[in-house]
Order: sequence, then structure tokens, then C-alpha cells
Amino acid sequence: MLDDFLVRAGLAAVGLSLATGPLGSFVVWRRMAYFGDATAHAAVLGVALALATDLPIGLGTLTVALAMAVTVASLAARGWAMDTTLGVLAHSALAFGLVAVSFFPTVRTDLSAYLFGDILAVSRTDLALVWLGALAVLALLAWRWQALLTATLSEDLAHAAGIKPDRERLVLVIALAGVVAVALKIVGALLIAALLIIPAATARSLARTPEAMATIAVAVGALSGLGGLGLSLWQDTPTGPSIIVVAAALFALSSMRRPD
Amino acid sequence: MSLIAADHICVRFGEDEVLHDITLQVAAGEIVTILGPNGSGKSTLLRALLGIVPVAEGRITRAPGLRIGHVPQKLMIDRTMPITVRRFLSLPARVSDAAAAEALARVGMAGHGTDQMTTLSGGQQQRVLLARALLGAPQLLMLDEPTQGLDQPGEAAFYRLIEEVRAETGAAVLMISHDLHVVMAASDRVICLNGHICCEGTPRVVSTAPEYRALFGLGTQGALALYRHDHDHDHTDGPAQHHHGHDHEHDHA
Repeated sequence: MLDDFLVRAGLAAVGLSLATGPLGSFVVWRRMAYFGDATAHAAVLGVALALATDLPIGLGTLTVALAMAVTVASLAARGWAMDTTLGVLAHSALAFGLVAVSFFPTVRTDLSAYLFGDILAVSRTDLALVWLGALAVLALLAWRWQALLTATLSEDLAHAAGIKPDRERLVLVIALAGVVAVALKIVGALLIAALLIIPAATARSLARTPEAMATIAVAVGALSGLGGLGLSLWQDTPTGPSIIVVAAALFALSSMRRPD
Repeated sequence: MSLIAADHICVRFGEDEVLHDITLQVAAGEIVTILGPNGSGKSTLLRALLGIVPVAEGRITRAPGLRIGHVPQKLMIDRTMPITVRRFLSLPARVSDAAAAEALARVGMAGHGTDQMTTLSGGQQQRVLLARALLGAPQLLMLDEPTQGLDQPGEAAFYRLIEEVRAETGAAVLMISHDLHVVMAASDRVICLNGHICCEGTPRVVSTAPEYRALFGLGTQGALALYRHDHDHDHTDGPAQHHHGHDHEHDHA
């Protein structure tokens, strides 16, 4: 069954949505959309780094995404003007990444695979990494769930309950870097943030509790993945963007319902 | 033995000394109000006692195993987060449905468990925050201007609720207010703050203290109305409060 590239692609999309559903919900609640962009764009720089040092691509992207996420989080903690700072960092990371990657002629040709993903080329190893990564992120979020929710609602309430908001923010930052590393292959650096935000935003109007929103976001993410694959096959469109197109269509549908 | 005590604490933000040489204690079962104008460091003092803001000098001691219930000033829940009252009560520690229902009933919010937090009025939200704090069976409740944004009847009702909770659970209460009327009516002890402690004592003693009058500008022309207002309440609140006490005894008999 896993011999079929379509089956592998479908399973990869479903696996990834296990992590992007709950994590994307936090990105929406905490208004970290640009933060997701900065981290995801840094992944392109990670690709260049991996190529330069002969490390696995996944490790390179994970390292650089983590470095970017920690940098942004600590700047935020020091009270920088986040809108501008994130704008500068997100776009610089992308530009530096693209320039750095151009020094490797072999990659130059399939640069679009890193920008827009290449889900149809997911190998068995890639698939295993996606599921392992997604399950690890899911486990991390599940473990810290109560504390994360409390810190998201109110840092003071969290403090008073003995929860350290800084530590919980770091948990999210690590989870975000993990998701970026595994999602790069599937939707590419440019659209990872979309995969985090759109399913969660879609789930918002259908949910009454945080848990319901995260669960529905997983379903919407999986549905978008499978639907995007279908669209891509049917119309011969690029797969990564097709996934986001389906997600956006689901969002438009859900927003016709008034939230509670 | 006091539940919580601050011993000569100072809090600084950079060069700014926001709180200077504060010493205070809260004993079991008493209602203490911190009163001060805007920028006097009231919230900072509460946050320091809660351990949110570090103290530069001095020390804060808590009774061993002290359970604190914290009611923040106002909860800004992002519209993007769906959360019911019932779910909110289970943060950070999960509680049983029975305990949640009991806590809601105690604050007069029975049957509101399925409401979305973002649809509650200001007064309802404060009641839910209080219910959440009560679920931890606190020995000390700390409230930061809990009635900000409430209208006068809502405010009065909320403070009656606080007294009721104190009577039922025996929890001590430390709260912040800038509302003279409330302070006079509902506190055992008032601490008048303006970066340092200006004066403290029973509401009646504090209201006649020259430091208090200086702080709130009593005696100047503009504050004359305030003074009269204050004076009015001195007369009417005594019997009113007595009346409330009587009511509760009936309720719980």
C-alpha cells in the first residue's frame, strides 16, 4: 500500500494535520501568525545550511527554524515592536535563504520544492519522519495543554497558579520549529503558516471549547490535505498551493456560520 | 499568625522605585483593602505579593501551604478562543462538574456553565473569575480592582458577594480599590498607598487621617463634592451593612 506515492502523500498530509490543528489553534489565539511566517521562512536558510554542511535537510531546517523562533520569542519578551521586527525577520530570512541556496546549482532547479512543497515525492522515510514529528509535537502540546491554555488566557492567572508563561511560550516555539521542519516537504516554506492558521480559523466558528477547536482544526487540515491532493491530480495544479486553496474554501464555507 | 506578610519590600522598574518600604500582613479571615490613586503602585503591590513581580529589597513570607485565589482586574479573552464558562473553571486544574456547578451557584451564576466567556457582561465575568478562584478552596483571596467597569448596583452586589464568601468560607480577602465608598463599607482594615504606605487602620480611622485627606485632595475645592459623598455614605452604610449581615444569616440558616 505504501508503494503508491498517492497513498504516501495522503498519509503525510493527514499526519501533519495532527500537529498543525492544535498548534495552529495556539497560533491563532496568541496572534502569532507573523511569528509562524518568520519561522517557516527561516527554513529556506536551513536548507542552504544543510547543503553546505552535508547534514540532512530536516536537521538543517529544524535547527535554523528553532534559532529563528527562539530569537523572535526573546525579542518579544523584551518588548520589541513585534509587527515591524517580525516583518524584517520573516522577509530577510527568506531572502537570505534564497540567496544562500543559489550557491548550490543542483538545488537551484528544484527550489520550488522548498518554497511550495513536493508532497508527491514523499518517501517512506519522509512519511515516517512526518508522523514521528507530528506525534512528538502533539504529545508535547497534550502534556502542557492545561498550562498552555491558562498562560494563553492570562499571564497573570498563570503566574498566580505557579505556571511560568515564558516556559510555556518556549514549548510553543519548539513545537513550531518541529512542525516547520516536517511541513517543509509537504506545503513548502511559503505556505506553512497558512496550513497552521486557516484550518484553525475555520474551526473557530464551529467550536465551543478550545479542545473542540483544535480537534476540528485537525479534521479541516486533513480534509484540506486530501482535497488538495485530489484537486492537484484532477487539474494538474501544484499540490502544496492546492491544499491551501481547499483549506481557504473550507474557511469561506465555515465563516458563513456565525460564531457562538 | 498572618497568612501573608511583606517585610520592608521595595519594587523597582529600572530606576523607578514604584514601591518603597512596604510592610503589611493579612491575618486569617480579615478583609483588607489597599486604597490609592492611579499610579500609586496598588496593582504592583498585589502582583509582588502574588510573586509575579520580583521584589528588589525586603521579603515576602507566606504561611506554609497557603492557598491563594486570584481574581485579576479584567480578563481579555481573545475573540478567536472559544471557551465555555465550565471549561474555564477547569483551568489550570480540572474540577468535577459537581464542584463547578456549586462554585457557579455560590456566585449567583448557576446555569451559566455553557455560556461562552466572551459573551458575559463585565459583572458576570467577575463572578466567574471569583468562582474559579473559590474552586481552589483558598485561604486568601486576592482581587485587583474587581469591580472596574461595573455600574454602582453591580459593584455593590459584587462586594456583598465577597463578604458572603468570607462569611461562608472564612477566607481572608486582600483587594485593591480606588473607590472610597466601597472601602468604607466593606473592609476591616484599609491600607492607604502612594508608593509607600501613607496610613492604615480601620476605615473610620483612615478616613479622618490627614495623610489620607492629603492624598485624595480632600479639603480642596474640587474634592468638596467627594468629601460630601464620602460623608453621606458614612451615615447610610452602617445600618445598610448591618442589614446585609442579617440577610445572610437568614439565607444560610
